[in-house]
Amino acid sequence: MKEVENREIIQMKEYKIINKRDTRSGFGEALYELGQSNPKVVALCADLTGSLKMNAFADNFPERFFQMGIAEANMIGTAAGLTIGGHIPFTGTFANFSTARVYDQIRQEVAYSEKNVKICASHAGITLGEDGATHQTLEDIGLMKMLPGMTVINPCDFNQTKQATKAIADHIGPVYLRFGRPVVPNFITDDRKFEIGKALKLIDGKDVSIFATGHLVWEALEAAKILNRKGISAEVVDIHTIKPLDEKAILESAKKTGCVVTAEEHSLNGGLGDSVAQVMARNFPIPQEYVAVMDSFGQSGTPAELMKHYGLDAGHIVASAEKAIGRKV
Amino acid sequence: MPDNNSLREIASQVRRDIIRMVNGAKSGHPGGSLGCADLLTALYFEIMDHDPENFDMDAPNQDVFILSNGHISPVFYSVLARNGYFPVKELATFRKLHSRLQGHPATMEKLPGVRVASGSLGQGLSFSIGVARAKTLNEDDKKVFCLMGDGELQEGQVWEALMHIGSKKVDNIIGIVDYNGKQIDGPTDEVMPLGNLKLKFEAFGWTVLEMNGNDMDDVVATLRHAKTLSGNGEPIMILMTTEMGMGVDFMMGTHKWHGAAPNDEQRDNALSQLEETLGDY
Repeated sequence: MKEVENREIIQMKEYKIINKRDTRSGFGEALYELGQSNPKVVALCADLTGSLKMNAFADNFPERFFQMGIAEANMIGTAAGLTIGGHIPFTGTFANFSTARVYDQIRQEVAYSEKNVKICASHAGITLGEDGATHQTLEDIGLMKMLPGMTVINPCDFNQTKQATKAIADHIGPVYLRFGRPVVPNFITDDRKFEIGKALKLIDGKDVSIFATGHLVWEALEAAKILNRKGISAEVVDIHTIKPLDEKAILESAKKTGCVVTAEEHSLNGGLGDSVAQVMARNFPIPQEYVAVMDSFGQSGTPAELMKHYGLDAGHIVASAEKAIGRKV
Repeated sequence: MPDNNSLREIASQVRRDIIRMVNGAKSGHPGGSLGCADLLTALYFEIMDHDPENFDMDAPNQDVFILSNGHISPVFYSVLARNGYFPVKELATFRKLHSRLQGHPATMEKLPGVRVASGSLGQGLSFSIGVARAKTLNEDDKKVFCLMGDGELQEGQVWEALMHIGSKKVDNIIGIVDYNGKQIDGPTDEVMPLGNLKLKFEAFGWTVLEMNGNDMDDVVATLRHAKTLSGNGEPIMILMTTEMGMGVDFMMGTHKWHGAAPNDEQRDNALSQLEETLGDY
């Protein structure tokens, strides 16, 4: 830490909270707008239309909305079949039921069969909250990124989820889009264009690279402010697309800062951190610290309590950044 | 349109292809393939409206066949090739490295005629719902045929799909169950009894037809009837009784040839019982 101790506080880009909204509502709004603009878009839901914010689409385009009941396996297969004839199916249920419950169906009929299905998953991670670990998936990014040809996206706020939902409709190929339940800061402005596979640098820095995804992006921005007050210049990069990973942007940042912190609302195993570590190990081995859930299931609690308990907050990102900087040779 | 005698001749050649493919690969599933040779021959050469020379994944204004029990790929591949979807000589590559004829049907190698991968059981009927729905959205009144094995009905997902189709009246689907009573570990009655399938399907909102899947006259007449009934509010399920290994005496009456390949001697014995009608590949 000695090397940065006496630095002066530097100018840093600050992000303002536009409003506070849930990312799932960004999905719902975009899906409705897609319904208006693209007649090929169809949607399927497994008895969670309200939770997924799919009502506007369902109400306005009933002939293109399929209520599947509590039958997720059947929903995935039906979505795959709907692509025969040129439709673009969006499936909606909780992240756990969008992945682990239907993994073989996705593997065989969507990924291996190269079907243009958009698997849209709400209530990802522990911020699902009080329902507890049966519903909190921390393994979904890992599961989905292991499937050849699958695109995996975890947007950070309402605006970005909306942008991402629209972008995947234009992308040909299977996509896993992961978003969440709680109301969180909405801060991505319209000028920050969303491009699948293209990392979004939010703050320039030179001492440590913080690669964050999903709800942890805002926490990373908060962490950067704290670090800045300590005289540490943190670079914050929003890795909304975990696969395909923007290796170029990651390496460019890491080579500049010399150490890395990854932050995600996911298990340590198989998430963004693993993907980044693979890039570093093969190209540019440097210290990396993980902000993630350490190989455990979640539990009941409020989203805020759980994020604090599992160490998924700005404070833990700050500590990890300091640790990573301390490990620099 | 071929008459039923011509269809029987084609089916004989298809059975020869099955034996030769499985022998050539030294692996594969001859039993169910032989049992379903008459059905697939009738569907592709007589019943379905489709375009073998210009395979289009989207199948506009064409009937679609989905093979849910993907392990009977030999009969599927033979009928597709004999129908003109791809060169017959390609059957020789079955299950070999770099072949488009994967052990179980797949789309990744772009084999014309295959619209979805199958093999992991219980998934084809769900896929068929999607195809059927897409056809309705596209104002395409053609049908979706989906073949399942009887053992496959032990998969829970099949009943999700059966419930959906029956209750939501997806009436452009014609399901077919290969009711041969056998699966890998033995008779279905011993492994996991299926109960009264006709009553179960009817309770799920389906119109059930029954046919002898190894009697070409019955197969053609029942499929024609199913196509006529289809589209009138209730989905159609055909309970198709077949003999696993049909056409080869030593493969019939047992489940042992579900997934075993004949050696060269057994191949020759089998081929001596099946007339070569269209020329071997």
